[in-house]
Amino acid sequence: MKELVIISGKGGTGKTSVAAALAFVAENSLIADCDVDAADMHLILKPDEEFAEDFYSGLKAEIDPAICTSCGLCQEICRFHAIKQVDSFFSVDFLACEGCGYCFEICPVKAISLPQQNVGQSFISNTKLGTKLIHARLGIGADNSGKLVAKVKKDAKRIAEEKGLYYILVDGSPGIGCPVISSLSGADLVLFVTEPSLSGLSDLQRVWELTKRFAIKGVCLINKADLNAEISAQIRDFLSREGIGLLQEIPYDEDFSRAITQGQSLVEYAPEKWKPRFEKIWEQIKKELK
Amino acid sequence: MKLAIASGKGGTGKTTLAVNLALHAANSQKVVLLDLDVEEPNSGIFIKGELKREKQLVRHVPVWEKEACTLCGKCSEVCRFNAVLKLGKHILVMPELCHGCYACSELCPENALPMQESALGRLRHHQIGSLDFVESKMIIGVEMATPLIEQTLAYAEAEIPHASLQIRDCPPGTSCSVINATRDADFALLVTEPTPFGLHDLSLAVQTMRFLKKPMAVVVNRVGIGNDDVFKYCEAEDIPIWASFPHERAIAELYSRGETLYDKVDSIRAGLDAILLQISKLGGGK
Repeated sequence: MKELVIISGKGGTGKTSVAAALAFVAENSLIADCDVDAADMHLILKPDEEFAEDFYSGLKAEIDPAICTSCGLCQEICRFHAIKQVDSFFSVDFLACEGCGYCFEICPVKAISLPQQNVGQSFISNTKLGTKLIHARLGIGADNSGKLVAKVKKDAKRIAEEKGLYYILVDGSPGIGCPVISSLSGADLVLFVTEPSLSGLSDLQRVWELTKRFAIKGVCLINKADLNAEISAQIRDFLSREGIGLLQEIPYDEDFSRAITQGQSLVEYAPEKWKPRFEKIWEQIKKELK
Repeated sequence: MKLAIASGKGGTGKTTLAVNLALHAANSQKVVLLDLDVEEPNSGIFIKGELKREKQLVRHVPVWEKEACTLCGKCSEVCRFNAVLKLGKHILVMPELCHGCYACSELCPENALPMQESALGRLRHHQIGSLDFVESKMIIGVEMATPLIEQTLAYAEAEIPHASLQIRDCPPGTSCSVINATRDADFALLVTEPTPFGLHDLSLAVQTMRFLKKPMAVVVNRVGIGNDDVFKYCEAEDIPIWASFPHERAIAELYSRGETLYDKVDSIRAGLDAILLQISKLGGGK
């Protein structure tokens, strides 16, 4: 089984459009949307949920006012300033609490409990392509996005095994923090979708630094390549210096937003133009995955 | 007034708006711009100013002192993040999982896990005329962005308390780092684009701001692509649209080179003026 993770560092480079187009040309595959914070893949693949599951992870402290003696010890030791006090009444600021349980350990009268939190939902769905989509929805303001990403990836692997599918396409999240780290773990190849802007280049460099730590091979697509020829050249230099294969340069094309607006992938929107292109990209990726 | 510029989706133009609004507003008042997208901070690409102060941002994580340890295992028992593990005759600390709660350190009966500084990133404070610009950049490999965001906000509170307008360039998404960047703001300005992706992620950002009970308005970028569903949504949800900006390749090209727009594109300046007018109606800014 081989896992391809598609990331970009910067948002808005066309990552999800590329991932969705690849979903249409990749045989023997399933899709995992690990951008659990702002998942968009379902808007193109139109999944029917086959299975939904609540995801519990992490704890939050709760103070029972009937037991609390208002000694204030919890407030003293909490490094997250999560214990609020109104007169002699203590309560937990839900948004500030990290669920470390220090207050729970130290409370002399055991007035504090640590219930597990429902931080989102994960789904296994059938897409209009006939392939499976594994996706999730992080609750508003929830922590533990890295753990939800790990759950999506685990489900994807299990189903790929059950169905005898060889390729897992992972749509990753932006940034370089915990959800991205979680997206990268266990991947066989990373596809970077970038754009020739100073921001795009800077974000690509940072996310590549992170990827190198996992010793995962990288390949790159430069989207909107003709927007700035000079920075495209800088990106090519960077890629060759770092040993990242450049698969293709895609010129700036309004089809990206037009296809999204129709709720379609590029391959559906204008098949004669995009299908051969993404078939070629998929062949290049398969070669790298060998 | 503390104005948080946020969006569910990345790449909608948050940084562009934050930078240009800050520079334009700073023509007539004292403004602070905070880049809180600490994983991938990009405001600094567009702003060139004099570096006023630089500061290492740190947190504290436990370090095992073998000689003092009796291997009682209390540390690993109280750690809810599996950051401290007892393995045979060793205590293994995994700093990347540590949230810095001090429970293991302070509940250790032998003081065998003192807390030590660990670097998170760097804060840089620049001065450009009447604009104070503060950006924090997370070290690659650090997992948690929220301590950097909190320390950057605390820095601004302590060092630049007298600005009439504080503009925050927030991270994308709807999770804990967005909450940290926005929860004490006075107002949220949500940037979107008129596509189904833009609309879907805007609706998540709106839910987040409602959860935080934050008043909000929307800025629509790249008008001309997509459809008018975002406008219909805002009308139905009764969320004001403070400005919309046209989709022009020329704007994207200026952006790609790291150039500012408020001083070059009339339609952008007009939109920024409309936003500043709304801010002043709310009693913010000058």
